Amino acid sequence: MANSDSSTNPSLAYDDDPSRRDVILIGAGAFAAIGGAVALWPLIDQMNPDASTLSLASIDVDLAPIDEGQAITVMWRGKPIFIRHRTAKEVEEAKDVKLDDLVDPLARNANLPDDAPATDANRAAADKEPWLVMIGICTHLGCIPKGQAIGDYKGEYGGWFCPCHGSQYDTSGRIRKGPAPENMYIPPYAFTSDTKIKIG
Amino acid sequence: MAHESTYKPSTGIERWLDSRLPIPRLMNDQFMVFPTPRNLNYWWTFGAILTFMLGVQIVTGIVLAMHYQPTTEGAFESVERIMRDVNWGWLLRYAHAVGASMFFLAAFVHTFRGLYYGSYKAPREILWMLGVLILFLMIATAFMGYSLVWGQMSFWAVTVITNLFSSLDSVVPGLGTTLVQWIWGGFSVGEPTLNRLFALHYLFPFVIAGVVILHIWALHIPGSNNPTGVDVKTPSDTLPFHPYYTIKDGFAVVVFCIVFGVLLFYAPNWLGHTDNYIPANPLQTPPHIVPEWYFLPFYAILRAIPDKLFGVIGLMGAIIVLFFIPWLDTSRIRSVSYRPIFKWFFWLFVICCLALGYLGSQAPEGWYLFFGRVFTIYYFAFFLIIMPVVGLIERPKRLPGSITESVLAKHGGAA
Repeated sequence: MANSDSSTNPSLAYDDDPSRRDVILIGAGAFAAIGGAVALWPLIDQMNPDASTLSLASIDVDLAPIDEGQAITVMWRGKPIFIRHRTAKEVEEAKDVKLDDLVDPLARNANLPDDAPATDANRAAADKEPWLVMIGICTHLGCIPKGQAIGDYKGEYGGWFCPCHGSQYDTSGRIRKGPAPENMYIPPYAFTSDTKIKIG
Repeated sequence: MAHESTYKPSTGIERWLDSRLPIPRLMNDQFMVFPTPRNLNYWWTFGAILTFMLGVQIVTGIVLAMHYQPTTEGAFESVERIMRDVNWGWLLRYAHAVGASMFFLAAFVHTFRGLYYGSYKAPREILWMLGVLILFLMIATAFMGYSLVWGQMSFWAVTVITNLFSSLDSVVPGLGTTLVQWIWGGFSVGEPTLNRLFALHYLFPFVIAGVVILHIWALHIPGSNNPTGVDVKTPSDTLPFHPYYTIKDGFAVVVFCIVFGVLLFYAPNWLGHTDNYIPANPLQTPPHIVPEWYFLPFYAILRAIPDKLFGVIGLMGAIIVLFFIPWLDTSRIRSVSYRPIFKWFFWLFVICCLALGYLGSQAPEGWYLFFGRVFTIYYFAFFLIIMPVVGLIERPKRLPGSITESVLAKHGGAA
């Protein structure tokens, strides 16, 4: 679109070139938008777990004092870790369950591939099947299930029972009944000696 | 309604100010001579009551923050220190806690007033939507404030509600967990979580105050609705806001304060849960997690839906649906008083909300769960089916010719 002055003032005609203006406008706009987005990132990312939280990543636990049939709870990354020294009967019960009967068919074991099936062998400690180490948080809405103390109600499957909305877990920590969608998670851990483990 | 300014600066200072920052003119035009329908009843006083309560919460909140410590070690103890050691701390803290309940009580009455008299209909859609936004901000603020006490209920309410976001894992694997850890600032609810909840709890009331100003601005463009729903037609339909409604609102605030005072001084813990006087313990979940009373209807909806993700969608949807009712209601008649069919559905909806509140406090099993589902369905059907359909099929009663006519008819005079 020619400016009315363009016939007398050639520099105005040059400035009025719409494509030239678009380049400046789009360039400036894009620069401001990308700059704004980049400046936003530190403001968002500051809320993620900080370095000191991440550095509390591992703990050592001595299993020697835990007799068969007993369980202890330790804290790791602010979460309760259930460690249960299962009886032979509890192990047998967990082994006898068919995979088809499970709500969640995946092992949810951080030490195994993501698609490992939820067999008791994949849930228990490697080569030490009486030991079950898992994050004691119900996968429904994050409550702590009952079943660690001797007198606790352990649900119909003899494992754990969540008092909030009634989820029931078996002796392998697998969800069997109730609203929880997944088996309780197994944290990354390894035996550092015969009776000691390192979690994280 | 937009009207000519009647402000006449009478002193030199007022004239000087009027040509620079005309606040006296704004106050005169909007809060002194502002033409207000002459037939407003006491349900219209809750706007003033809410403004008063926002002030109470901000003032008591600021002084409580001078004594509160947002640390997992110190939070619970600092609240107890406020209660026992700080001068007047017991009064300030109880006023803030009971004040939150009174604030919600007034907000619910105000919302139902708007629903009954059709105050969301054209030209007041934006006014209504700003109100829903304020309600949403109030819910977020109250939730964060409750967490700061760091008792058992505080801690587990934060745990359960933030875990709701993990339901997004079923949409995009890992998204929910990432989001929840971002909200927590860790791998569980802890110190970083408490700190940010405190920062945001201090911020949000001022955001609310900002939206309240927009809400009043949007009110002062078309002016107040009224119990007949008939538009203002002549100056005889209105009265100046001052002294008529400043006095009426002031009287209502005093009566409201009597109720507030009775709860505050005689039953300050009646509406709270005793478990919140147990310090937060991340290793033990209380047997029943119950929110404060004003969240119970929404909690009942969450638990009525058996799927984790859809439960969360239902919970959010219960508020979000309110944004759309100016367009869901197809009737052109504002006041439910003139809508013989819709009237029944309206009162059933009031009962529905009260019932959901009761059901939210009970364990979700057996008949409680059954009725929870029935009323959840009615809650959404009221907005999504009944509002559009009844507006189309209903024959409304005859409206009065004007506000003046309805007032005179009521008092036996001729129009």
